[in-house]
Amino acid sequence: MLKIENLSYLVNNDGKDILKNINLDFLEGKIYVITGPNGSGKSTLVKLIMGILTPSAGKISFKGKDITNLKINERAKLGIAYAFQQPVTFKGLKVKDLLNIASNKENDFNSLCEYLSSVGLCAKDYINRPLDDKLSGGELKRIELAMVLTRNACVNIFDEPEAGIDLWSFENLINMFKKLSSTTIIVSHQTKILEIADSVILLKNGAVEKIGKYSEIKPYIQIETCGKLRGENE
Amino acid sequence: MNKIDKMLLEKVSSLHDIKLGAFNIRKNGEVVERKSTKEIEIVPKKDKKGIDIIIKPNVQNKAVHIPVIITAGGLNDLVYNDFYVGENSYVTIVAGCGIHNTSDDNSTHNGIHSFHLEKNSHVKYIERHVGMGKGEGGKILNPTTKIYQKENSILEIETLQLGGVTKSDRKTFASLGENAQLNIQENILTENAETAKTSFKVTLKGKNSKVEVVSHSVAKGESYQEFKSNLIGKNECFGHVECDGILLNNARIVSVPMIDALSSDASLVHEAAIGKIAGDELIKLMTLGLSEEEAEDVIIKGFLMG
Repeated sequence: MLKIENLSYLVNNDGKDILKNINLDFLEGKIYVITGPNGSGKSTLVKLIMGILTPSAGKISFKGKDITNLKINERAKLGIAYAFQQPVTFKGLKVKDLLNIASNKENDFNSLCEYLSSVGLCAKDYINRPLDDKLSGGELKRIELAMVLTRNACVNIFDEPEAGIDLWSFENLINMFKKLSSTTIIVSHQTKILEIADSVILLKNGAVEKIGKYSEIKPYIQIETCGKLRGENE
Repeated sequence: MNKIDKMLLEKVSSLHDIKLGAFNIRKNGEVVERKSTKEIEIVPKKDKKGIDIIIKPNVQNKAVHIPVIITAGGLNDLVYNDFYVGENSYVTIVAGCGIHNTSDDNSTHNGIHSFHLEKNSHVKYIERHVGMGKGEGGKILNPTTKIYQKENSILEIETLQLGGVTKSDRKTFASLGENAQLNIQENILTENAETAKTSFKVTLKGKNSKVEVVSHSVAKGESYQEFKSNLIGKNECFGHVECDGILLNNARIVSVPMIDALSSDASLVHEAAIGKIAGDELIKLMTLGLSEEEAEDVIIKGFLMG
Protein backbone atom coordinates (compact mmCIF):
# COMPACT_ATOMS: atom_id res chain seq x y z
CA MET A 1 0.00 0.00 0.00
CA LEU A 2 2.66 2.49 1.11
CA LYS A 3 6.37 2.00 0.60
CA ILE A 4 9.27 4.05 1.89
CA GLU A 5 12.72 3.57 0.39
CA ASN A 6 15.99 5.06 1.68
CA LEU A 7 14.16 8.05 3.12
CA SER A 8 16.29 10.69 4.83
CA TYR A 9 15.56 14.08 6.32
CA LEU A 10 18.33 16.52 7.08
CA VAL A 11 18.07 19.81 8.93
CA ASN A 12 19.78 22.38 6.73
CA ASN A 13 21.28 24.53 9.47
CA ASP A 14 23.59 21.99 11.04
CA GLY A 15 23.41 19.15 8.54
CA LYS A 16 22.14 16.85 11.26
CA ASP A 17 20.18 13.77 10.21
CA ILE A 18 16.72 13.69 11.78
CA LEU A 19 15.94 10.56 9.78
CA LYS A 20 18.42 8.49 7.84
CA ASN A 21 17.89 5.82 5.28
CA ILE A 22 14.45 4.60 6.38
CA ASN A 23 12.94 1.61 4.54
CA LEU A 24 9.42 0.51 5.41
CA ASP A 25 6.59 -1.33 3.69
CA PHE A 26 3.08 -0.64 5.05
CA LEU A 27 0.66 -3.38 3.96
CA GLU A 28 -3.05 -2.99 3.24
CA GLY A 29 -5.37 -3.10 6.25
CA LYS A 30 -2.63 -3.50 8.85
CA ILE A 31 -2.05 -1.41 11.97
CA TYR A 32 1.46 0.00 12.43
CA VAL A 33 2.56 1.80 15.57
CA ILE A 34 5.69 3.93 15.38
CA THR A 35 7.33 4.35 18.76
CA GLY A 36 10.65 5.40 20.22
CA PRO A 37 12.25 7.95 22.51
CA ASN A 38 11.60 11.67 22.19
CA GLY A 39 13.55 13.09 19.28
CA SER A 40 13.85 9.75 17.51
CA GLY A 41 12.08 11.12 14.41
CA LYS A 42 8.58 9.61 14.78
CA SER A 43 6.58 12.76 13.96
CA THR A 44 9.07 13.72 11.26
CA LEU A 45 8.52 10.37 9.55
CA VAL A 46 4.72 10.72 9.39
CA LYS A 47 5.02 14.35 8.29
CA LEU A 48 7.23 13.19 5.41
CA ILE A 49 4.60 10.60 4.44
CA MET A 50 1.87 13.27 4.40
CA GLY A 51 4.08 15.74 2.52
CA ILE A 52 4.17 18.31 5.32
CA LEU A 53 7.96 17.99 5.25
CA THR A 54 10.08 17.33 2.18
CA PRO A 55 12.70 14.57 2.38
CA SER A 56 16.36 15.22 1.67
CA ALA A 57 16.61 11.88 -0.13
CA GLY A 58 14.62 8.73 -0.78
CA LYS A 59 11.29 7.73 -2.26
CA ILE A 60 7.70 7.33 -1.05
CA SER A 61 5.30 5.21 -3.11
CA PHE A 62 1.56 4.83 -2.67
CA LYS A 63 -0.19 1.96 -4.47
CA GLY A 64 2.87 1.68 -6.70
CA LYS A 65 2.91 5.37 -7.64
CA ASP A 66 5.83 7.62 -6.71
CA ILE A 67 4.34 10.38 -4.55
CA THR A 68 7.64 11.83 -3.24
CA ASN A 69 7.12 15.12 -5.06
CA LEU A 70 3.36 15.44 -4.61
CA LYS A 71 1.87 18.23 -2.52
CA ILE A 72 -0.02 17.59 0.72
CA ASN A 73 -3.46 18.00 -0.89
CA GLU A 74 -2.52 15.75 -3.81
CA ARG A 75 -1.58 12.97 -1.35
CA ALA A 76 -4.81 13.65 0.57
CA LYS A 77 -6.84 13.23 -2.61
CA LEU A 78 -5.11 9.95 -3.39
CA GLY A 79 -6.29 8.60 -0.02
CA ILE A 80 -3.88 9.52 2.76
CA ALA A 81 -5.38 11.14 5.86
CA TYR A 82 -3.55 12.68 8.79
CA ALA A 83 -4.53 13.59 12.36
CA PHE A 84 -2.36 16.24 13.96
CA GLN A 85 -0.74 15.80 17.34
CA GLN A 86 -1.76 19.37 18.20
CA PRO A 87 -5.16 20.05 16.59
CA VAL A 88 -5.26 23.25 14.56
CA THR A 89 -7.83 25.92 15.47
CA PHE A 90 -9.45 28.49 13.18
CA LYS A 91 -11.10 31.87 13.69
CA GLY A 92 -14.55 31.71 12.15
CA LEU A 93 -14.69 28.15 10.77
CA LYS A 94 -17.25 25.93 12.45
CA VAL A 95 -16.97 22.22 13.26
CA LYS A 96 -19.46 21.39 10.49
CA ASP A 97 -17.46 23.46 7.95
CA LEU A 98 -14.38 21.37 8.66
CA LEU A 99 -16.30 18.08 8.55
CA ASN A 100 -17.85 19.11 5.22
CA ILE A 101 -14.42 19.97 3.80
CA ALA A 102 -12.95 16.73 5.17
CA SER A 103 -15.69 14.58 3.62
CA ASN A 104 -15.81 16.73 0.44
CA LYS A 105 -19.60 17.08 0.59
CA GLU A 106 -22.36 19.02 2.32
CA ASN A 107 -23.47 16.69 5.08
CA ASP A 108 -26.93 16.61 6.61
CA PHE A 109 -27.38 16.51 10.36
CA ASN A 110 -27.56 12.70 10.46
CA SER A 111 -24.22 12.27 8.69
CA LEU A 112 -22.53 14.84 10.93
CA CYS A 113 -24.06 13.05 13.91
CA GLU A 114 -22.59 9.77 12.70
CA TYR A 115 -19.09 11.27 12.33
CA LEU A 116 -19.10 12.94 15.73
CA SER A 117 -20.70 10.09 17.65
CA SER A 118 -17.88 7.85 16.42
CA VAL A 119 -15.59 9.94 18.65
CA GLY A 120 -18.11 10.19 21.48
CA LEU A 121 -19.45 13.69 20.75
CA CYS A 122 -23.08 14.74 20.36
CA ALA A 123 -23.54 16.56 17.04
CA LYS A 124 -26.15 19.08 18.21
CA ASP A 125 -23.71 20.42 20.80
CA TYR A 126 -20.85 20.87 18.37
CA ILE A 127 -21.66 21.30 14.67
CA ASN A 128 -22.27 25.04 14.87
CA ARG A 129 -19.44 25.79 17.28
CA PRO A 130 -16.33 27.49 15.95
CA LEU A 131 -13.30 25.22 15.89
CA ASP A 132 -11.34 27.60 18.08
CA ASP A 133 -9.53 27.60 21.39
CA LYS A 134 -12.78 27.91 23.33
CA LEU A 135 -13.11 24.15 22.87
CA SER A 136 -11.14 22.04 25.33
CA GLY A 137 -8.02 20.17 24.28
CA GLY A 138 -9.94 16.89 24.52
CA GLU A 139 -12.81 18.15 22.37
CA LEU A 140 -10.41 19.47 19.74
CA LYS A 141 -8.57 16.16 19.68
CA ARG A 142 -11.74 14.15 19.16
CA ILE A 143 -12.95 16.48 16.39
CA GLU A 144 -9.50 16.07 14.81
CA LEU A 145 -10.02 12.31 14.83
CA ALA A 146 -13.54 12.69 13.42
CA MET A 147 -12.20 14.74 10.51
CA VAL A 148 -9.83 11.93 9.59
CA LEU A 149 -12.54 9.27 9.86
CA THR A 150 -14.85 11.22 7.50
CA ARG A 151 -12.27 10.95 4.74
CA ASN A 152 -12.56 7.18 4.37
CA ALA A 153 -8.91 7.12 3.40
CA CYS A 154 -6.83 4.09 2.40
CA VAL A 155 -4.05 5.17 4.75
CA ASN A 156 -4.87 6.85 8.07
CA ILE A 157 -2.06 8.48 10.03
CA PHE A 158 -2.50 9.47 13.68
CA ASP A 159 0.25 11.42 15.44
CA GLU A 160 -0.08 10.71 19.18
CA PRO A 161 -3.87 10.34 19.09
CA GLU A 162 -4.16 9.57 22.79
CA ALA A 163 -2.77 12.93 23.93
CA GLY A 164 -5.55 14.94 25.56
CA ILE A 165 -8.30 12.35 25.08
CA ASP A 166 -10.18 13.55 28.16
CA LEU A 167 -13.28 11.76 29.39
CA TRP A 168 -13.72 9.67 26.29
CA SER A 169 -12.28 6.36 27.39
CA PHE A 170 -9.14 4.93 26.01
CA GLU A 171 -11.05 1.76 25.18
CA ASN A 172 -13.19 3.69 22.68
CA LEU A 173 -10.10 5.00 20.97
CA ILE A 174 -8.65 1.50 20.73
CA ASN A 175 -11.94 0.13 19.38
CA MET A 176 -12.04 2.91 16.81
CA PHE A 177 -8.62 1.86 15.51
CA LYS A 178 -9.61 -1.81 15.44
CA LYS A 179 -12.70 -1.05 13.32
CA LEU A 180 -10.70 0.78 10.64
CA SER A 181 -10.27 -1.21 7.46
CA SER A 182 -7.53 1.14 6.26
CA THR A 183 -3.80 0.86 6.60
CA THR A 184 -3.33 2.62 9.93
CA ILE A 185 -0.13 4.30 11.05
CA ILE A 186 -0.08 5.55 14.64
CA VAL A 187 2.68 7.42 16.46
CA SER A 188 2.34 6.45 20.11
CA HIS A 189 4.00 5.50 23.38
CA GLN A 190 0.88 3.98 24.90
CA THR A 191 1.02 0.29 25.76
CA LYS A 192 -2.63 -0.35 24.87
CA ILE A 193 -2.09 1.11 21.40
CA LEU A 194 1.19 -0.77 20.95
CA GLU A 195 -0.66 -3.98 21.84
CA ILE A 196 -3.11 -3.71 18.92
CA ALA A 197 -0.36 -3.19 16.36
CA ASP A 198 0.21 -5.79 13.69
CA SER A 199 3.69 -4.36 13.64
CA VAL A 200 5.57 -2.01 15.97
CA ILE A 201 8.30 0.13 14.42
CA LEU A 202 10.88 1.25 16.96
CA LEU A 203 12.87 4.31 15.92
CA LYS A 204 16.12 5.35 17.56
CA ASN A 205 18.25 8.34 16.59
CA GLY A 206 16.48 8.71 13.26
CA ALA A 207 16.81 5.08 12.19
CA VAL A 208 14.65 1.97 12.40
CA GLU A 209 15.97 -0.03 15.35
CA LYS A 210 13.49 -2.92 15.38
CA ILE A 211 10.27 -4.02 13.68
CA GLY A 212 7.99 -6.72 14.98
CA LYS A 213 5.09 -7.70 17.23
CA TYR A 214 4.81 -5.69 20.43
CA SER A 215 5.78 -8.76 22.46
CA GLU A 216 9.05 -8.94 20.54
CA ILE A 217 9.78 -5.20 20.64
CA LYS A 218 8.70 -4.61 24.24
CA PRO A 219 12.08 -5.31 25.92
CA TYR A 220 13.84 -2.86 23.60
CA ILE A 221 11.27 -0.12 24.24
CA GLN A 222 11.76 -0.39 27.99
CA ILE A 223 15.53 -0.25 27.68
CA GLU A 224 15.26 2.81 25.46
CA THR A 225 12.92 4.61 27.85
CA CYS A 226 15.13 3.88 30.86
CA GLY A 227 18.19 4.99 28.95
CA LYS A 228 16.47 8.23 27.97
CA LEU A 229 15.43 8.96 31.53
CA ARG A 230 18.86 8.19 32.87
CA GLY A 231 20.38 10.48 30.31
CA GLU A 232 18.02 13.32 31.22
CA ASN A 233 18.84 13.05 34.91
CA GLU A 234 22.57 13.10 34.50
CA MET B 1 -35.25 50.38 -10.60
CA ASN B 2 -32.96 48.65 -13.07
CA LYS B 3 -30.97 45.43 -12.71
CA ILE B 4 -27.89 47.13 -11.21
CA ASP B 5 -30.04 49.00 -8.66
CA LYS B 6 -31.69 45.74 -7.60
CA MET B 7 -28.37 43.91 -7.38
CA LEU B 8 -26.89 46.67 -5.19
CA LEU B 9 -29.99 46.65 -2.98
CA GLU B 10 -29.75 42.91 -2.61
CA LYS B 11 -26.10 43.16 -1.58
CA VAL B 12 -26.52 45.90 1.00
CA SER B 13 -29.89 45.14 2.50
CA SER B 14 -31.11 41.60 1.95
CA LEU B 15 -28.57 39.59 3.81
CA HIS B 16 -30.92 38.61 6.60
CA ASP B 17 -34.28 36.90 7.13
CA ILE B 18 -36.47 39.61 8.58
CA LYS B 19 -39.57 40.65 6.63
CA LEU B 20 -39.62 44.13 5.19
CA GLY B 21 -41.30 46.70 7.42
CA ALA B 22 -40.56 50.42 7.35
CA PHE B 23 -37.99 51.48 4.77
CA ASN B 24 -36.34 54.35 2.95
CA ILE B 25 -34.46 53.72 -0.30
CA ARG B 26 -32.13 56.45 -1.47
CA LYS B 27 -30.55 56.54 -4.93
CA ASN B 28 -28.03 59.07 -6.22
CA GLY B 29 -28.86 61.54 -3.46
CA GLU B 30 -32.66 61.36 -3.83
CA VAL B 31 -35.36 59.35 -2.11
CA VAL B 32 -36.77 56.64 -4.38
CA GLU B 33 -39.29 55.07 -2.06
CA ARG B 34 -40.28 55.44 1.58
CA LYS B 35 -42.71 53.64 3.85
CA SER B 36 -43.58 54.19 7.50
CA THR B 37 -45.55 51.78 9.64
CA LYS B 38 -47.77 52.49 12.63
CA GLU B 39 -44.84 51.58 14.90
CA ILE B 40 -41.93 53.04 12.96
CA GLU B 41 -42.21 56.49 11.45
CA ILE B 42 -39.74 57.83 8.89
CA VAL B 43 -39.81 61.63 8.64
CA PRO B 44 -37.72 63.69 6.18
CA LYS B 45 -35.58 66.40 7.75
CA LYS B 46 -36.53 69.97 6.99
CA ASP B 47 -33.20 71.71 7.46
CA LYS B 48 -30.88 69.27 5.68
CA LYS B 49 -30.82 66.05 3.71
CA GLY B 50 -31.81 63.00 5.66
CA ILE B 51 -34.46 61.39 7.78
CA ASP B 52 -35.55 60.88 11.36
CA ILE B 53 -36.50 57.29 12.12
CA ILE B 54 -38.77 57.22 15.13
CA ILE B 55 -39.39 53.84 16.70
CA LYS B 56 -42.17 53.94 19.26
CA PRO B 57 -41.81 52.37 22.74
CA ASN B 58 -42.53 48.66 23.17
CA VAL B 59 -42.12 47.75 19.48
CA GLN B 60 -41.05 44.13 19.31
CA ASN B 61 -38.98 42.34 16.66
CA LYS B 62 -39.53 44.72 13.74
CA ALA B 63 -37.14 45.85 11.01
CA VAL B 64 -36.20 49.11 9.31
CA HIS B 65 -34.26 49.23 6.06
CA ILE B 66 -32.50 52.38 4.87
CA PRO B 67 -30.25 51.33 1.99
CA VAL B 68 -28.41 53.81 -0.21
CA ILE B 69 -27.38 53.10 -3.77
CA ILE B 70 -25.19 55.23 -5.98
CA THR B 71 -24.78 54.57 -9.69
CA ALA B 72 -23.73 58.08 -10.78
CA GLY B 73 -20.12 59.16 -11.08
CA GLY B 74 -19.07 62.54 -9.69
CA LEU B 75 -21.70 62.46 -6.93
CA ASN B 76 -20.83 63.58 -3.40
CA ASP B 77 -23.79 62.64 -1.23
CA LEU B 78 -24.12 63.80 2.38
CA VAL B 79 -27.06 62.54 4.42
CA TYR B 80 -28.08 62.69 8.08
CA ASN B 81 -30.13 59.81 9.52
CA ASP B 82 -31.18 59.95 13.15
CA PHE B 83 -32.71 56.97 14.93
CA TYR B 84 -34.83 57.43 18.04
CA VAL B 85 -35.57 54.08 19.66
CA GLY B 86 -38.34 54.02 22.26
CA GLU B 87 -38.19 52.32 25.64
CA ASN B 88 -38.41 48.52 25.67
CA SER B 89 -38.31 48.25 21.88
CA TYR B 90 -36.39 45.58 20.00
CA VAL B 91 -35.66 46.28 16.35
CA THR B 92 -33.29 45.37 13.54
CA ILE B 93 -31.99 48.22 11.41
CA VAL B 94 -30.37 47.41 8.08
CA ALA B 95 -28.38 50.18 6.44
CA GLY B 96 -25.46 50.29 4.08
CA CYS B 97 -24.41 51.73 0.79
CA GLY B 98 -23.74 50.14 -2.56
CA ILE B 99 -21.80 52.13 -5.13
CA HIS B 100 -21.63 51.05 -8.78
CA ASN B 101 -19.39 53.54 -10.50
CA THR B 102 -18.42 53.00 -14.13
CA SER B 103 -17.25 56.58 -14.63
CA ASP B 104 -13.83 58.12 -14.10
CA ASP B 105 -15.13 60.55 -11.47
CA ASN B 106 -15.37 59.74 -7.79
CA SER B 107 -18.67 58.68 -6.21
CA THR B 108 -18.82 59.49 -2.52
CA HIS B 109 -21.35 58.78 0.19
CA ASN B 110 -21.09 60.38 3.62
CA GLY B 111 -23.71 58.88 5.92
CA ILE B 112 -23.96 60.57 9.33
CA HIS B 113 -26.06 58.37 11.60
CA SER B 114 -27.05 58.94 15.19
CA PHE B 115 -28.65 56.41 17.50
CA HIS B 116 -30.60 57.47 20.55
CA LEU B 117 -31.51 54.39 22.55
CA GLU B 118 -34.00 54.83 25.37
CA LYS B 119 -34.05 52.66 28.50
CA ASN B 120 -34.25 48.90 27.99
CA SER B 121 -34.26 49.17 24.20
CA HIS B 122 -32.36 46.70 22.04
CA VAL B 123 -31.16 47.39 18.51
CA LYS B 124 -29.40 45.17 16.05
CA TYR B 125 -27.77 47.36 13.41
CA ILE B 126 -26.42 45.76 10.22
CA GLU B 127 -24.33 47.86 7.87
CA ARG B 128 -23.04 46.53 4.54
CA HIS B 129 -20.79 48.46 2.21
CA VAL B 130 -20.21 47.43 -1.36
CA GLY B 131 -18.19 49.01 -4.18
CA MET B 132 -18.48 47.89 -7.80
CA GLY B 133 -18.01 49.10 -11.37
CA LYS B 134 -14.92 49.20 -13.54
CA GLY B 135 -14.53 52.98 -13.93
CA GLU B 136 -11.40 54.75 -12.78
CA GLY B 137 -13.51 56.86 -10.40
CA GLY B 138 -13.31 56.06 -6.69
CA LYS B 139 -16.05 54.34 -4.70
CA ILE B 140 -15.71 56.30 -1.47
CA LEU B 141 -17.64 55.78 1.77
CA ASN B 142 -17.33 57.81 4.93
CA PRO B 143 -19.83 56.64 7.54
CA THR B 144 -20.01 58.42 10.88
CA THR B 145 -22.01 56.85 13.70
CA LYS B 146 -22.90 58.66 16.93
CA ILE B 147 -24.41 56.53 19.68
CA TYR B 148 -26.19 57.61 22.84
CA GLN B 149 -27.35 54.72 25.04
CA LYS B 150 -29.49 55.07 28.14
CA GLU B 151 -29.85 52.58 31.00
CA ASN B 152 -30.01 48.89 30.19
CA SER B 153 -30.05 49.46 26.44
CA ILE B 154 -28.25 47.11 24.07
CA LEU B 155 -26.83 47.97 20.65
CA GLU B 156 -25.30 45.29 18.45
CA ILE B 157 -23.52 46.52 15.33
CA GLU B 158 -22.36 44.34 12.45
CA THR B 159 -20.32 46.08 9.78
CA LEU B 160 -19.26 44.32 6.63
CA GLN B 161 -17.16 45.70 3.79
CA LEU B 162 -15.93 43.06 1.39
CA GLY B 163 -13.70 44.73 -1.14
CA GLY B 164 -14.42 47.10 -3.99
CA VAL B 165 -14.57 50.23 -1.83
CA THR B 166 -11.68 52.44 -2.93
CA LYS B 167 -11.54 54.46 0.25
CA SER B 168 -13.47 54.43 3.49
CA ASP B 169 -13.15 56.42 6.67
CA ARG B 170 -15.45 55.07 9.35
CA LYS B 171 -15.85 56.96 12.61
CA THR B 172 -17.87 55.79 15.60
CA PHE B 173 -18.52 57.74 18.80
CA ALA B 174 -20.50 56.23 21.66
CA SER B 175 -21.62 57.23 25.12
CA LEU B 176 -23.00 54.49 27.38
CA GLY B 177 -25.26 54.91 30.40
CA GLU B 178 -25.78 52.59 33.36
CA ASN B 179 -25.84 48.90 32.42
CA ALA B 180 -25.80 49.82 28.74
CA GLN B 181 -24.11 47.36 26.41
CA LEU B 182 -22.50 47.96 23.02
CA ASN B 183 -21.20 45.11 20.83
CA ILE B 184 -19.47 45.91 17.58
CA GLN B 185 -18.32 43.31 15.05
CA GLU B 186 -16.49 44.83 12.11
CA ASN B 187 -15.28 42.76 9.16
CA ILE B 188 -13.34 44.50 6.42
CA LEU B 189 -11.59 43.20 3.30
CA THR B 190 -9.45 45.53 1.23
CA GLU B 191 -7.77 44.73 -2.09
CA ASN B 192 -5.55 46.43 -4.67
CA ALA B 193 -4.76 49.98 -3.56
CA GLU B 194 -7.85 50.42 -1.37
CA THR B 195 -7.66 52.11 2.00
CA ALA B 196 -10.02 51.58 4.94
CA LYS B 197 -9.75 53.55 8.14
CA THR B 198 -11.77 52.91 11.24
CA SER B 199 -11.84 54.75 14.53
CA PHE B 200 -13.86 54.18 17.68
CA LYS B 201 -14.23 56.43 20.67
CA VAL B 202 -16.40 54.88 23.34
CA THR B 203 -17.04 56.58 26.67
CA LEU B 204 -18.31 54.25 29.37
CA LYS B 205 -20.12 56.70 31.64
CA GLY B 206 -22.62 54.50 33.46
CA LYS B 207 -21.98 51.96 36.18
CA ASN B 208 -21.71 48.41 34.76
CA SER B 209 -21.69 49.65 31.19
CA LYS B 210 -19.96 47.33 28.77
CA VAL B 211 -18.43 47.55 25.30
CA GLU B 212 -17.02 44.78 23.12
CA VAL B 213 -15.36 45.63 19.80
CA VAL B 214 -14.16 42.82 17.54
CA SER B 215 -12.48 43.80 14.30
CA HIS B 216 -11.47 41.27 11.67
CA SER B 217 -9.43 42.70 8.82
CA VAL B 218 -8.07 41.10 5.71
CA ALA B 219 -5.76 43.26 3.61
CA LYS B 220 -4.66 42.06 0.17
CA GLY B 221 -2.59 43.53 -2.65
CA GLU B 222 -1.20 46.96 -1.85
CA SER B 223 -4.12 47.93 0.37
CA TYR B 224 -3.93 49.75 3.69
CA GLN B 225 -6.11 49.47 6.77
CA GLU B 226 -6.00 51.48 9.94
CA PHE B 227 -7.80 50.65 13.17
CA LYS B 228 -7.89 53.15 16.01
CA SER B 229 -9.77 52.59 19.21
CA ASN B 230 -10.14 54.71 22.27
CA LEU B 231 -12.04 53.37 25.29
CA ILE B 232 -12.62 55.74 28.18
CA GLY B 233 -13.84 54.21 31.43
CA LYS B 234 -15.46 56.77 33.72
CA ASN B 235 -17.16 54.35 36.07
CA GLU B 236 -17.17 50.72 37.12
CA CYS B 237 -17.31 49.28 33.61
CA PHE B 238 -15.82 46.75 31.21
CA GLY B 239 -14.35 47.36 27.78
CA HIS B 240 -12.69 44.91 25.43
CA VAL B 241 -11.24 45.59 21.99
CA GLU B 242 -9.93 42.82 19.78
CA CYS B 243 -8.29 43.62 16.46
CA ASP B 244 -7.23 40.68 14.33
CA GLY B 245 -5.71 41.26 10.94
CA ILE B 246 -4.61 38.96 8.12
CA LEU B 247 -2.03 40.32 5.72
CA LEU B 248 -1.50 39.11 2.17
CA ASN B 249 0.90 40.29 -0.52
CA ASN B 250 2.25 43.77 0.26
CA ALA B 251 -0.68 45.03 2.27
CA ARG B 252 -0.41 46.88 5.57
CA ILE B 253 -2.58 47.03 8.67
CA VAL B 254 -1.99 49.49 11.49
CA SER B 255 -3.68 49.07 14.87
CA VAL B 256 -3.57 51.92 17.35
CA PRO B 257 -4.96 51.12 20.77
CA MET B 258 -5.85 53.59 23.48
CA ILE B 259 -7.52 52.72 26.75
CA ASP B 260 -8.06 55.30 29.43
CA ALA B 261 -9.39 54.28 32.85
CA LEU B 262 -10.56 57.48 34.51
CA SER B 263 -12.17 55.36 37.24
CA SER B 264 -10.13 52.87 39.22
CA ASP B 265 -13.07 50.44 38.89
CA ALA B 266 -12.88 50.44 35.10
CA SER B 267 -11.55 47.31 33.44
CA LEU B 268 -10.33 47.87 29.89
CA VAL B 269 -8.55 45.44 27.59
CA HIS B 270 -7.07 45.81 24.12
CA GLU B 271 -5.82 42.87 22.09
CA ALA B 272 -4.33 43.09 18.62
CA ALA B 273 -2.73 40.56 16.33
CA ILE B 274 -1.67 41.14 12.74
CA GLY B 275 0.10 38.66 10.51
CA LYS B 276 -0.03 36.24 7.64
CA ILE B 277 -2.41 33.28 7.59
CA ALA B 278 -1.02 30.76 10.06
CA GLY B 279 0.92 28.06 8.23
CA ASP B 280 -0.62 25.27 10.30
CA GLU B 281 -4.15 26.37 9.23
CA LEU B 282 -3.16 26.08 5.56
CA ILE B 283 -1.46 22.72 6.12
CA LYS B 284 -4.47 21.35 8.02
CA LEU B 285 -6.86 22.25 5.20
CA MET B 286 -4.45 20.85 2.63
CA THR B 287 -4.45 17.52 4.49
CA LEU B 288 -8.22 17.61 3.95
CA GLY B 289 -7.71 17.88 0.18
CA LEU B 290 -7.77 21.64 -0.49
CA SER B 291 -5.11 23.32 -2.59
CA GLU B 292 -3.17 26.14 -0.94
CA GLU B 293 -5.28 28.76 -2.78
CA GLU B 294 -8.55 27.04 -1.83
CA ALA B 295 -7.40 26.78 1.78
CA GLU B 296 -6.55 30.49 1.83
CA ASP B 297 -10.02 31.37 0.50
CA VAL B 298 -11.75 29.16 3.08
CA ILE B 299 -9.74 30.70 5.94
CA ILE B 300 -10.45 34.27 4.80
CA LYS B 301 -14.15 33.58 4.24
CA GLY B 302 -14.48 32.00 7.68
CA PHE B 303 -12.54 34.85 9.28
CA LEU B 304 -14.76 37.51 7.71
CA MET B 305 -18.14 35.78 7.55
CA GLY B 306 -17.98 33.12 10.24
